[in-house]
This record gives sequence, C-alpha cells and structure tokens, in this order.
Amino acid sequence: MNARFTPTRRDFLRATLPAGLVLYVGLPGPAQADEPKKYGGDGMPHGLQESPKTFLAIAEDGTVTIIAHRSEMGQGVRTNLPRVVADELEADWARVKVVQAIGNEEKYGNQDTDGSRSTRHWFEPMRRCGASARAMLEQAAAQRWGVPVGEVQAINHEVVHKASGRKLGYGALAMAAAALDVPPRETLKLKTPAQFRYIGKRDPRLVDIEAIVTGHSHYGIDTRLPGMVYAVIARPPVLGGKLRGFDGAAAEKVPGVIKVFELPGTPPPSEFQPIGGVVVVAKDTWAAIQGRNALKLDWDVGPHGSYDSAAYRKELEQAVSQPGGKEIRSEGDAYAALKGAARTIKADYYVPTLAHATMEAPAATAQIKDGRCEVWAPSQSPQAARDRIAKRLNLQPDQVTVNVTLLGGGFGRKSKADFVVEAALVSQAMDGKPVKLTWTREDDLHHDYFHAPCAQHLEAGLDAQGKVTAWLHRSAEPTFFSIFMPDPKQLSGIELGLGLVNLPLAVPNIRIENPAAEAHSRLGWLRSVNNIQHAFAAQSFVAEIAAARKQDHRQVLLELIGPDRRIDPDKINDVFNHGESPERYPIDTGRLRRLVERVTKEAGWGRKMAHGHGLGLAVHYSFVSYIAAVVEVAVDAKGNLSIPRVDIAVDCGAMVNPDRVVSQMEGACLNGLSQALMSEITFKDGRVQQDNYHQYLIARMNEAPKKIVVHLTPSDYTLPLGGVGEPGVPVIAPALCNAIFAATGKRIRQLPIGEQLRA
Amino acid sequence: MTTLNINGRSMAVDDAADDTPLLWVLRDHLGMTGTKFGCGMALCGACTVHLDGQPVRACQTPMSAAAGKKLTTIEGVGATPTGRAVQKAWTEVGVPQCGYCQAGQIMSACALLKAHPKPSDKQIEEAMSGNLCRCGTYTRIRTAIKQAAGMKATGEAA
Repeated sequence: MNARFTPTRRDFLRATLPAGLVLYVGLPGPAQADEPKKYGGDGMPHGLQESPKTFLAIAEDGTVTIIAHRSEMGQGVRTNLPRVVADELEADWARVKVVQAIGNEEKYGNQDTDGSRSTRHWFEPMRRCGASARAMLEQAAAQRWGVPVGEVQAINHEVVHKASGRKLGYGALAMAAAALDVPPRETLKLKTPAQFRYIGKRDPRLVDIEAIVTGHSHYGIDTRLPGMVYAVIARPPVLGGKLRGFDGAAAEKVPGVIKVFELPGTPPPSEFQPIGGVVVVAKDTWAAIQGRNALKLDWDVGPHGSYDSAAYRKELEQAVSQPGGKEIRSEGDAYAALKGAARTIKADYYVPTLAHATMEAPAATAQIKDGRCEVWAPSQSPQAARDRIAKRLNLQPDQVTVNVTLLGGGFGRKSKADFVVEAALVSQAMDGKPVKLTWTREDDLHHDYFHAPCAQHLEAGLDAQGKVTAWLHRSAEPTFFSIFMPDPKQLSGIELGLGLVNLPLAVPNIRIENPAAEAHSRLGWLRSVNNIQHAFAAQSFVAEIAAARKQDHRQVLLELIGPDRRIDPDKINDVFNHGESPERYPIDTGRLRRLVERVTKEAGWGRKMAHGHGLGLAVHYSFVSYIAAVVEVAVDAKGNLSIPRVDIAVDCGAMVNPDRVVSQMEGACLNGLSQALMSEITFKDGRVQQDNYHQYLIARMNEAPKKIVVHLTPSDYTLPLGGVGEPGVPVIAPALCNAIFAATGKRIRQLPIGEQLRA
Repeated sequence: MTTLNINGRSMAVDDAADDTPLLWVLRDHLGMTGTKFGCGMALCGACTVHLDGQPVRACQTPMSAAAGKKLTTIEGVGATPTGRAVQKAWTEVGVPQCGYCQAGQIMSACALLKAHPKPSDKQIEEAMSGNLCRCGTYTRIRTAIKQAAGMKATGEAA
C-alpha cells in the first residue's frame, strides 16, 4: 500500500479518538488512504447487514418471524423496522412475529441504539432484506410451477401465477426459498411508495402494546430466574472516590441479607465500567436495600470532593466572558465588526447539569454457568455490554450472551453498560448464581452519566439599519470525552457539531469559541445532547435581537437563516455531521425556512393574544432533521405558568410510521419542558444534592401542554431519512422562553425557570 | 405466612417480613412484575395498585396493610369493564412509548373512572398528576381516558 496519505483535519480527529468512543458515539471509523470514507450505517462499527437469512424466518404454517436487532425504549423501533421488512416482503402483518436479537454485531451489524440513527441507517437495508426474501419466494414458486419468474408475483403472504390462477402460501414455499441464494442487490425490485402496505402509514399499535397494557411486558427489571437473589450496591458518592473501608456487620444482620462484599471499581476515566462500591445481596430487593442502609461506609472522596456546581458555574461564566477560548469557526472578522457596529447586543445563558431519570432505573440480571455468562438487560448497546463483561470476567465475547429486554426509557443512559457489568460481577462473586441487580432512584440520580452544565455568551453587532453584521458565540462546557480519556478540556468534534459550530447563519462575520472546561462528574449523552444548550442560547438570542430591533421575531429569524441554500457542513467546520455524508446531508436552509413558515401559520402567529398570553418561536437543525416549534404560554399575575398549546413542525425526510414520529415529538416536547421549567442537578462537596423525584423534578400532567399539535412534512422518499428520537427536544426550551418574553417582557437566560417568574 | 387476595385469587406469601412493601412482595415473592418500581417514595405512581378499589402506591404500602383486603394489579384490572375499556383506549390511541409507567397510569385512570365516570379535565389532572411519565405521553393519556369514558376527546394531539 504505497498510496500517499496526507491526514486531513477530519482524519486527525478520528485518529485521535479513543477506541471505545468510536463504538458508541458513531463517528465513522478511520478511513484508509485508498478506500472511500464511509458514512451513515456503513461507517458504524460492524456496519450494516441485510440478508434475509439473518433477519427472517418463515415457518411452514406461514408465520413470519422478523428479528429486531435495535433496542426498544419508546421510539417504536421494535415495531417499525420489522414493518419495513414485512412491507417489502409483502407479508401480512397479522402473521408476523417479532423476536429480539441478542447482542451480536458480527451477525446483525451495528446495534448501538443511539444518535437517532436506527431508522435512518436501517430503512434501506431492511427494505432490501424484505425485497430479497420476496424475490426468493417468487423464484421458488416459479421453479415449482415451471414458469418464468416474471410471470409470478408475491401478494399478501402468497405467490400468485395470474395466467393459471395458481397460488402458493409463503409457508408452503419457505423451505424451497430458503435453499436459494440471496439475490444480488442490483437485481432487487423495491416497491414504489404507492405500493407500500405499512411504510408511511399511520398506525399507533406497537408490537408490544397488548403486553404493555396488561402488565406482561418484560423490561430489564422484570427478569426472573429460578434461585435468583437480589442485589443493590453502595457506590462512591463522588467522581473518582474510593472505598477506604466499610463495616457490614449490621447489614449482614438484616433479615434476608445473604452476603455483603466489596466490588472493585475502575478509576476515572472509567468509560462504561462500574465505579465499584459495596454490594449487598439478599433474598429480595427490599432486604437488600435495608441491608445497604445499615452499612457503615468510609469513602476517600478524592480530587473532586470539593466540587461545588454553583462555584463551577461562575468559572464557566468567567471563561465565556473574555476572548481566548479555542476558535472553532471564524468567518470574516467578528471582533472588528463588533467594534465597528452601530449597536451591540450581549446576553449570557446557563443550562445546568441534567439527569436522564428514566422511569426504569438501570437494572440487569446475570448468571454464570459452565464458563458462560448470560445477562438480561435493558441495553441500548448490547455489544458494548457483552465486550465489557468479557473483559472483566476474562471470557471470550462469544462466551457472553446479552439478551435485550424492553427498556423503561433510555435517553442515552442505557448505552452505558456499567450496570450490566455490575450484575455479571455480582453473579461471579456469588459463584455464578442468578442475580438481579437493581438501581434505586437515588442510585440513578447520584451516579448518572450526567448531561454537562454549560455557560454561553453571545454578542451581535448591528449596523445602522439594524442588520446583523457580527455574531459571536462562546460556549464553555465540560466534554463527555472525559469518561473515555484523562482530563480533556475542549469539546469534541461531535459535541461541537451538536448545534454550536454548525449553526446556519446569514451573517458575514461569525466567530465561535470554546473555552476550556474540566469535568467534575461522570458525564454522558442525554437525548439531543449538546443541542439542548446550544439551541437554547442561539434561539433565545435571535429573539433578543428582534426585541432590540423592535421587530417581529419571525421576520428576524428568517433574515438570519437567509436565502435558501445548501451548506456543506465541512465548510463551516462541522467535521461530525452526525456521521453522514456532507453531499447527501447538507444543511438545507430552505427546509428550515419552510418549517418556520409552516409552524407560525399553523399556530396563528401574529394573532391577538389575551393578556398574559404570548407565542414563542424556535427552529433547530439536529440529527439531520429540521424542527420548528411555537409555544403558547399563559402567565398570571402571580407568575403561574400554563401552556395552552404547542405547535411543532417536522421535516425528517421520509417517515416509516408517522404516528411514532408524532409521539416522539410529543415526548420531546415534554422532555424539553421539564428541562426548561424544573429539572436541575446540583453538586455540593462533590455529591449530587437531589435524591429522588421530589428534588429532581420532571413535568407532570398538570404542567403539560393542554394541546400538542404536530405538523408533519409529507414523506419524500427521494430524500435521505433524518433522525426522529432526539431532534424534537432542543426547540422547546427557547420557544417557551421566547413565549414568556412575549407574554411578560421577562427574559429567561438561565434554566430551569424554577421560581424566576415569581421574583 | 400472610395470605393476600390478589385479582380474586388467594395467594400465600411465606418468607417476607410484614413491613415489606407490597411492591416487592408482588414483584420478588409472587413474580407479578407488572407493577413497576420507579421511586420507592410514592412520588411517581409507577407502582399504583388498587386496595379495595382505592388507588394506593405499592412501594409505600406494607404487605400487612393489604391483608384481608382485595388487591387488584395491572395483571387483573382487565377483568373489570372499566379496566378493559381503559386498556382498549390506551391501545387505540397509542398511548405508550416505552410503556414502563403505563401500568401505574392505567391503574390510576381506572380508579378515576370508577369515581367519576365522565371526568372533567380538572378531575383528570388531579387524578393523574401523581403519575410521572418520562416519555411524555400525558396528552394521549387525557385523550384515552376520555375515549374510555365514552366522551368526545378534546385537546388531543393532531
């Protein structure tokens, strides 16, 4: 291999990524000099698979079994991808069974259910999977009848020979079809959109719906094995803390407690490995919790023992108050333009540490038998769990089986395998006995992989006519790379590409800076990740510019989006672009503009509002999808806030199940409202101060919007698919705060809103 | 040994302490995992069950408090007309996302409809605001409750 290879900036970034990270965050793997760069699903570890021999089985009675290889956490993927296969297979959905895959990426391709990627990456392979099987069934029938394959057609679970009127069911053809080779990709005849049976059709019924509403669905916490015992763990309360000693005598006396022992942890950066602690094993979960309460624990809190999030916030704010942070994008000369501006506008924004707080806290069950470890876990990334268990138990990966249950919420928390590894280690310590490890809510809030706090400073320079000539944006936030490598101080290319560096702006002078920041808690990614803070600041700031100009926010927003154009992410230093090809997935400002127009029209933008009511607007591009929202808020004289209505407009290319796109937007809306209104994790002496849902608040029904109306852009199957699970979140907080400003004149610049309206 | 009447059946629990919360008796001792653990402090409603028809949080109800009473869980509520109507509405409206909190939501909704067969918006909010949903299914829950009550739904998601 003599080809000369000059590393580009992008290659450098990839080359310096720790190996573990590439697996989970989904950057394409390092490119070789003589092979083209891989994007999308092809660029993910273990790439894509599409053979029907991997994903499909047809029984003699005609029952079609389809493998779901991605994890179901509420986004509908366990229903939607199998429906894509069934559609191209021309199968009757009533005769389809869905079976969940174990973690095995060598066989199934990438299984990391993260980054709003599942449907985006797997729509086309799953179509080809179904179409291949359909072609094989047709060929088997043609051979049986001795007619040209062109004369037969698969229709609704049977193959038909029109000329003779002969028909054979899929069950009768299955054996012969299975013996055939999978046809080459280029010979496949995919359906036209007009021929779709299920794709693009609105159907709210999940494959698990009946089990869910009757209490028979199986989540991670629901696994039961004969002879199973139950465990909880007391973990170091501070990042990097270590156990100095413990007294388990009182715990061992608690009725039902079986064993108390130390679990060695991995020091930071601990990646997805457990942080250690003291394990209490008992005959039921309650006894284990009581035993843990009776432990006497002596922690060495380590270097983060004085971490105080209020003081840290001041550090971040200090960092963004002055130039000198790492320049990550510069066009024109923003500093000179600001100096020469007729008017400048400045604002500072703060978003606190957040927790995932999935309704099902982490939980996993493990047993070790005959040199093999088997676990059942609500894992977003079963391969990650498998490999880490193998490493800690000194087994080969194929000696570890990870069964994926339903997830009671994921939001990025359950991509981290720490709790699954814990269950395996506890089982090992119990001589392989089946063990269910449960995290309590307190464990979950104290030991999350937190969403990082963030301070931002923005400045805009306006000319005499009010036109924005300069845009300066500084953002200081610790990076989640800190779980993979020692003490990184800057955001990664991934985090920069989550709404900071890649903001499409029709402004001649732009400067974006990222001052250094240090992590003092275990960080991770939370649904929509850094977009949360970046969109909050930028979309609030646009409204602030409009208010300063005494102009309509919508008009100023459209002016800043600028003329319709396709922006090459590379040209604005976005080396991430969600792992997608910049040619296939440019940033299309026309799509942004149309959504702003649509959502404002649907929401009745400009209509006369009752006293105390206001409309707020925001738009954001993330996960290669486009979302705009208008929130209507009502604030009374006492500062009580309610939300009569939210309008959300979505353009995610093509949709598999529009009902689940709508439900993801509804969910994203509530997620964003919790962040805006009430959620905050704080630290004192290195410890999280929130113990449970009375302190870490999330929105309840009485705080929810009275109405959420989602406006879908009709599916365009010529466009590549965008993400759906995450991109709905970032617009909500800024749209709400812009609405509050419209209603009350009060500008919210720090989240959560909490009591600020009552001041 | 304690005997509990669960979903019309008599069930014996022989090795749990009397103060063990009903939640863990159901889940760990009786293998009835439909009732979910969310917070352990009666803050989230995921463990809602009915004791003599009244909604209670199983995580804060000791087993001893259930003795001699009729206990209904998500596994049994479908045997009542209200329970079945609520489950049907949940299915048709497509309420669940991850589904984890939905057992508790359904149990709260059934208790509401028993007390108020045609609940007002305010009654729905009062009855349901103790049940957290992190996926954000609240607007569909409102719609489904009204559908189960045979009322024309308003305020549903389009």
